[in-house]
Amino acid sequence: MEGIKKRLTYLFSSTKGLALTGIAAISLVAGLFGMLSGPMVEWGVSAWIIKTFGMVMIPAEREGRIVILYHTIANAVVAVEVYFITGLYKDKMKSYFRTMINGTITVGYLTALIFGLLFAYFGHNWVWHGVFIFGDSLMFFAGLLLAVALWPGHKEYRIEKGEYSHTKKGIDLELTAFFVMAVATLGSALFGAVPASFTGNGFETFLAENVVRLPGKDPLMLAIIGHLHIMLTLIAVACALIVGKWIDFKGVLHKIAMPMMIVGTIIITLGVWMVVPYQFLAHTIIYGGSTLILLAGLLLLIYNWSTLIKDRIAEQGIEKATFGQKFKALFHDPLKFGATWQMLFMNFTTSFVGIFFAIKLEEIIREWPSREERIELSGHWHVLAAITATILLFYFADMMGLKGKARKWFGWIVIISSDLAFGAAVVFFLKRLFISEYAQQALVDTLMLCVEIGLATLLIALAGFMIWRLVDLFKKKGHWENELIEEQQEAK
Amino acid sequence: MKTLTRVAFLLLILGLLSACGSYPVDQGPALIVDPGVDPEAWALVPAGEFLYGQFDHEVLIDYDYQIMITEVTNQQFADYLNEALTAGTIKIVDNEIVGYYHGDEFNAYRHEFEIAAGDWAHYPLEAEGLRVSLVGDQFVVREGYENHPVTNVTWFGAEAYCEYQGGRLPTDHEWEKAARGTDGLAFPWGNEISEENANFYSSKDPFELYHGRIGDTTPVGFYNGDSYDGYPTIDSPSPFGLYDVAGNVEEWSGSVHKYEHYRYLHGGSKAYAGYDLRIWVTGNVSPYYFSPSIGFRCAADSN
Repeated sequence: MEGIKKRLTYLFSSTKGLALTGIAAISLVAGLFGMLSGPMVEWGVSAWIIKTFGMVMIPAEREGRIVILYHTIANAVVAVEVYFITGLYKDKMKSYFRTMINGTITVGYLTALIFGLLFAYFGHNWVWHGVFIFGDSLMFFAGLLLAVALWPGHKEYRIEKGEYSHTKKGIDLELTAFFVMAVATLGSALFGAVPASFTGNGFETFLAENVVRLPGKDPLMLAIIGHLHIMLTLIAVACALIVGKWIDFKGVLHKIAMPMMIVGTIIITLGVWMVVPYQFLAHTIIYGGSTLILLAGLLLLIYNWSTLIKDRIAEQGIEKATFGQKFKALFHDPLKFGATWQMLFMNFTTSFVGIFFAIKLEEIIREWPSREERIELSGHWHVLAAITATILLFYFADMMGLKGKARKWFGWIVIISSDLAFGAAVVFFLKRLFISEYAQQALVDTLMLCVEIGLATLLIALAGFMIWRLVDLFKKKGHWENELIEEQQEAK
Repeated sequence: MKTLTRVAFLLLILGLLSACGSYPVDQGPALIVDPGVDPEAWALVPAGEFLYGQFDHEVLIDYDYQIMITEVTNQQFADYLNEALTAGTIKIVDNEIVGYYHGDEFNAYRHEFEIAAGDWAHYPLEAEGLRVSLVGDQFVVREGYENHPVTNVTWFGAEAYCEYQGGRLPTDHEWEKAARGTDGLAFPWGNEISEENANFYSSKDPFELYHGRIGDTTPVGFYNGDSYDGYPTIDSPSPFGLYDVAGNVEEWSGSVHKYEHYRYLHGGSKAYAGYDLRIWVTGNVSPYYFSPSIGFRCAADSN
């Protein structure tokens, strides 16, 4: 009994345990519900899953089911990011804030996840829907607490060291960037919640990619489309900030990057909110904000790569490194390299593609059937979300103490397999640029195979990692116990 | 460890190479069959309310109308081209069939493109996968595809065909009522879809043999409950007796929507996943677009 209590304490109170629980929940949901689409349908797996679990799949409710599924996964990702943030600031954040935030958000995302999925996939019991909304509300409340806890004006957050970005009065600008992101997330959550509440249970669910060509979208539709875009953006902003803390981003580049991140986050968020009253202006503002955030990300990447090279060369005791030695040094730690490499890769797969689409919208994209545009849009954001998830996984793997060969294998498998899958997905959704519908099948087969191999390998690597930690939980003196003791001592 | 890496790499390369094949796309249909559904037949849809769209809004169509039981076939379209070309209602310009269209109201709305009065493309004479071609001075159908739905016809071409036959393209409402009846079905035949109901992406019908999972068109009325060379089908007409409403080829709607030049497409096609064959799922594209997955059927007033 004591053993179970200790393990539950680890899983539901320590940063590592909470993140492990969150990522396990995401993996389970993605694993189970991922079997309902794509090649799983062709292979008959989805039909088996539906039958075995007694799912109720009414055709008209597909979009609604997907919306709830996305919310449950996104909620868990947000919760994991919050654990990371409270963990990163554990030295300065008051411990009661940490406990309240982590506790509230855990109950929130798990409630929303369980009852949301029950409502969406197992018959429409509106009580479940109500509990799902309650879970979402708890998450919002946890977000409010986080914003209060991250308030940069708190004395304990003031910094004096010159290496990190701060104001003359010692306000920590990195923390301010976290705070701005948290406040922007709260506002943007409301941006989606208000239209959802306004229309209540009579809301006619839609997926944004399905209405992209609809002229005269109503304000509620615009708000929901804006909501999903900005929430994913802010998850990515939080991810970049977490990586910055992880790699100890500092120096001149930090001082330039943090104000850009703060201003960029404010501008992009306001730009998205403005899509309702001033749609014609919104995108221009959004481009301004995203440019600043992307530049801040670039500075983070430059710092990370140069530090990786410098540290490794120093570790090897090389006094005058050749280009080849520096190049090799960059790839020494796939987790830290991968975190910013994936950010760069994200530009090739989503940002640059998005810019191309925006420039060539009338000339090329709108000449294609809406289905092609829909495929591009849904592919675009799936890839963006998945790449962000891999970056968080790198941090998580490092935090959980992955070392040696396992660290290298895990890191490189995640990088190579995800880049293979997402690169192929991008070529797939851009295929109409260079191949006709009539002649596409051989190319589509190859691309789909790349996507399937990449995703399967990625999931196997993740499963291997999770199994390692699951097995560890059954050990009397596993890593989990040391981690729990360590964190409890730190708290004291 | 190195051996393991090499084996994994080799397997990856082999896997990719195995998928890099090409499909002999010009082999002709994999199967030549006559399902026995008459492409000249029309169904009468009586006036009345029906449930429209994903959220079952009640819509009233206060008149009776007729609609073709099947999609327009290659043979019907070839016959029309020969007649209409002789009659002078269409002409050949720069390797395509063109004809006059009276134009749409233009509001210069965001992303709206002007469809002005004038000649617009109906059907290309040179494109991949054409089943109807000009040989000498006659349009002929590629052998084996006579009873398959015609494809690669633009909206202007489809509208002109229907007008020539004394009809028109069905409106969005007319199409959907004929497709799902009055009970709000998700698919023409019911609320679930199986591979034996319709021709869709990777539905494993015999016509995927030469074209892969995107498949080829199936003869109109193919899903009528018969077995073809051991391939079983389920009789899948709509409540009003229409075949291939879901899958096979997407169908042009005649509705012209204010503020947009796009024309709407209904029913999904051989290139769509099964869930996109749900009745209310629509696509849209410019009216001058043509594709090997787009066809049409005509409607007409009941008299």
